Amino acid sequence: MHRGTARALFELFSSMRFAIALLTILSIASVVGTVVRQNEPFNAYLSQFGPFWFPVFEKLGLYSVYNAGWFLVILAFLVLSTTLCIVRQTAPMLREMRSFRERARAASLNSFAHRAELMPAMAAGEAVARSQAYLRQAGFACRIADNGEGTLLAARQGTSGRIGYFFAHGAIVLICIGGLLDGNLPLRLQVWLGDKHTTAGNQLIADIPESARLGLDNPSFRGDVFIPEGRATSFAVLGLGDGILLQELPFTIALDKFHIDHYENGMPKRFASDIRVTDRHSGETTPHTIEVNKPLTLDGITLYQSSFEDGGSRLAIKARSLLPGRPGVLREIAGQVGESAEFADDRAGFRYALEFTDFKAFNVEDMGGGEAPADALRGMEKLQQHLGSGAKAAGQRDLRNLGPSFTVKLRDAAGQAREFHNYMLPIEQDGRWFLYTGLRDTQADAFRYMRIPLDEGGRVDTWFAIRDRLLDPAQRNALLARFAARSVPPAGGQDATREALVQSARQTLGLFAEQGYDALGGFIEQSVPAAGRSQAAEVLIRILQGLAAEAWMMARETAGEPALELNPARATYVNDSIAAISDSLFYGAPAWLQLDSFTERHATVLQATRSPGMPLVYLGALLLVLGVFAMLYIRERRLFVLVRPGGALVAMSSNRRALDVDEAFRNHVEGLAAALGAPVPASLTPEGA
Amino acid sequence: MEIARSTPNPGLRPTHPAGAVLAPAAPTPRTHWLRRLDAIDWLYALALAIGAGFALHRYHPVMDVYDDLILVLHVPVLTAIGWHWKPFRAFLAAVALLALASITLYQGELARAEQTFLLKYLISSQTAIMWMSALVFIATGAYWLGLLARSDFGERTGSALTWLAAVMGSTGLFVRWYESYLLGPEIGHIPISNLYEVFVLFTLMTALLYLYYEGRYATRRMGAFVMIVISAAVGFLLWYTFTREAHEIQPLIPALQSYWMKVHVPTNFIGYGAFAVSAMVGTAYLLAARGILATRLPALRVLEDVMYKAIAIGFAFFTIATILGALWAAEAWGTYWQWDPKETWALIVWLNYATWLHMRLTKGLRGAVLAWWAVVGLLVTTFAFVGVNMFLTGLHSYGAL
Ligand code: HEM
Repeated sequence: MHRGTARALFELFSSMRFAIALLTILSIASVVGTVVRQNEPFNAYLSQFGPFWFPVFEKLGLYSVYNAGWFLVILAFLVLSTTLCIVRQTAPMLREMRSFRERARAASLNSFAHRAELMPAMAAGEAVARSQAYLRQAGFACRIADNGEGTLLAARQGTSGRIGYFFAHGAIVLICIGGLLDGNLPLRLQVWLGDKHTTAGNQLIADIPESARLGLDNPSFRGDVFIPEGRATSFAVLGLGDGILLQELPFTIALDKFHIDHYENGMPKRFASDIRVTDRHSGETTPHTIEVNKPLTLDGITLYQSSFEDGGSRLAIKARSLLPGRPGVLREIAGQVGESAEFADDRAGFRYALEFTDFKAFNVEDMGGGEAPADALRGMEKLQQHLGSGAKAAGQRDLRNLGPSFTVKLRDAAGQAREFHNYMLPIEQDGRWFLYTGLRDTQADAFRYMRIPLDEGGRVDTWFAIRDRLLDPAQRNALLARFAARSVPPAGGQDATREALVQSARQTLGLFAEQGYDALGGFIEQSVPAAGRSQAAEVLIRILQGLAAEAWMMARETAGEPALELNPARATYVNDSIAAISDSLFYGAPAWLQLDSFTERHATVLQATRSPGMPLVYLGALLLVLGVFAMLYIRERRLFVLVRPGGALVAMSSNRRALDVDEAFRNHVEGLAAALGAPVPASLTPEGA
Repeated sequence: MEIARSTPNPGLRPTHPAGAVLAPAAPTPRTHWLRRLDAIDWLYALALAIGAGFALHRYHPVMDVYDDLILVLHVPVLTAIGWHWKPFRAFLAAVALLALASITLYQGELARAEQTFLLKYLISSQTAIMWMSALVFIATGAYWLGLLARSDFGERTGSALTWLAAVMGSTGLFVRWYESYLLGPEIGHIPISNLYEVFVLFTLMTALLYLYYEGRYATRRMGAFVMIVISAAVGFLLWYTFTREAHEIQPLIPALQSYWMKVHVPTNFIGYGAFAVSAMVGTAYLLAARGILATRLPALRVLEDVMYKAIAIGFAFFTIATILGALWAAEAWGTYWQWDPKETWALIVWLNYATWLHMRLTKGLRGAVLAWWAVVGLLVTTFAFVGVNMFLTGLHSYGAL
């Protein structure tokens, strides 16, 4: 390269302007990474940005900004620029630190902003000695020289603060280099240069090819170690782009137990993994407990409690039929979270895969409805509510443990899946008890919940029996006849009325069995003028209630149980049942899966890291703090006293222009004046202030 | 002599909070600093040492070695602050008295907050924080009155009320700390763990930093501006209390059960508070530079100097805070830096002020540009402080835990 060009580049890269431009670009680039969520699965981006922008953003590296090539280039330039800056500043800084500038002339001292003329009341020799004593006492290092115009006392203080510059800027370089070592650059270099390839994440460890495995000699990595209770592993999984690499560990980690402790109010209190680590070479096993904020370091690898998942809990499930005419339990299924089971029935003609995706033994939810009753209060009363200790909230938070729940995906032959979230235990609402079951069609939706009411015996059986009788066409005639007979007793004649009632009940039931309340609503809207709609709706609902109540009694009869009086609580039960039946028509599954019992099994997710850059970064951090404080708070001051015939010229300079320099100068002039027995000059204001 | 007016000789002298100039007849900057201490200074240091000794003796069984160390370190640090900044001694004494009074009145029973008049209406944590809020608003009014009506009385009142607000807020936080232990020993924790608590902390820190500069520069004229940002914080705090019931003490989730939290958060808020002060002083500068309120505000070079001092101290502490955050992250999440939005925005804030300092100190930039920059800096800082929590989703796996 041409020498001139090299010189110019050096000038540019080591210039303040370039550094400031880099800092600005770095800030803006960093913002991008906080706006676009980082390192999500690629299909999440695809659905977020659409097929056109998705590949564009991928090329730009926006899904992993801080590992993108261009971002690393900016960082590299920052390191370069800071390094060159240090190189460039070293000689002048050292010179500054060492020099006393004892050759300064009166002319240059006179150009200082802070200067004063004193009239010592003593001979020159004495004045020099006294000035020197003052300067020493004031904490200055001092040189005395004859500059031809008189005796110059050149004193300085705080020049060591310039070390701060080297500390702080060297620290930036150290931190960046350490950070690069610990980032995923080493990993990507291995992929490029070492013939490694990422592979898909969802395979068995045994199936992962050699090309996606990293050996013990890998100097820098960060990966997840997933271990179900009672199992062991000696691998960490490293994510890179949309694939994974498998990192071998020098030990085997077995998880004995994963603990989740809760506070009384249900908030999580402690996550801890009881592990046993077996060294590959010595075969020695040691027990450890890893907790959040309490990591464990072994063989230069640090293990952290990162998160937890279900590790294959076993679920005993009853599939209770929702098929009209097929009451009862269709099948009993033994499921395991993370696995899938076949769920098929030839007679009904369905075939599904049941994928058990999650299980939770605790579900703490706020059932308080969110609204603080304090909203009803005004002014002083509301203020009163908020006085006192911080222990209470005016609004009633109602945290409740809803007990175990599981999620399952029901996948049909076409691959379409619907997801269900079922609670094992009933949940109370307004004094009534329900079993909740949620469903959704895509991961992006929230679950919509259907609530199945419990009968007086605390079971769901009654609801299933009522449902079956209402929806099964084969039983419809019998139900209608019973209903009509109860409403218009045969003994009273009125056959025509009864026949009319049967007709409308048949029609109501027919509509309801198809689409629930929706169908009835649609029917009324179509066939009844607006004025009569609410009355018509009331009639239809009355009929539906009558039918449901009758279905209930018939079910009891079949079971050999006595009939019941219909009191208000039972009427509510009937209404809840009808609502749930209406919802169940959109359930989209042939059965409701009832969780009978479970054996919980957690899996812990530890993070295993080897960070060779960490000592550099920590050293850099220490130097940075020392450097910043030194630069900002060690005040460099140079005080000159030129004792010459006719007076003493006092001048001060500082590397920082701030008001405290004025103050310091005033103090020193006053101090020197006192030492020299001279009057204090009237004005010490620096020029241009 | 006040530096606030454009007197021909705007020298700089530390003054008494009451405004009296402490100008020694013969300046004695060379007297050894130890000899400049008075009896109250020694009494103050002694009280601190005795207090720490008592706490150490009494609570030793429940404290670990870090607790002991931090407790002991507080003595020299608070002594140094009090010796350097005299009004701080009275402040700390008032806070200690009120907090101890509150604890005594509680007698170990939370329910007494409702039964004891003094607790219910003065020194239980919530009440004290409400007092702080009210005092901040009144102080803001007083400062503005003082500024607009050129009333020294208004400014003195503003200053006194701000001190009182800081006393009540600090008392509130200390008592809240105690109350959390009354809820249950396992629930007890230092009250800097959620947005509500740190807003109280922010209010305190900003007020104290401002009060320091007020004394250091012997002018109360900047109060009107600085109090605006403190009032805004209190406004948010009240909204958060009344509509979200955010003041309820909650136990700590596992990720927050760390020693680092106790040092990281307060350090951060020295930074945030200082940046807030610099931005408000910057605003005053911009107005004064255009001739608005110019005769009532301190001289431009004073405003500029305060702006620089505030940014310098803020930057230094923000540097430490970010490093402490990284150390904590390393322990809790396994990496000292993972470009989580909060971390990234902290870096942006830091780079912003690093650039500001370079512009001023190495390029010699001065004036309106730096003032504008300080104002914009506060917007960036505010986003890093609350915006990130509101608008961006973190990648911490602990969100899920
Ligand atoms: C991330 C990058 C950087 C950071 C965080 C940083 C930080 C700082 C800080 C906090 C100061 C103290 C302000 C002062 O006392 O002057 C400073 C001063 C300084 N910086 Fe930087 N700096 C960075 C990069 C650079 C670069 C690349 C250069 C080279 C052009 C540079 C040149 C200087 C100089 C010359 C000083 C003044 C030193 C003195 O006079 O004591 N800085 N820097």
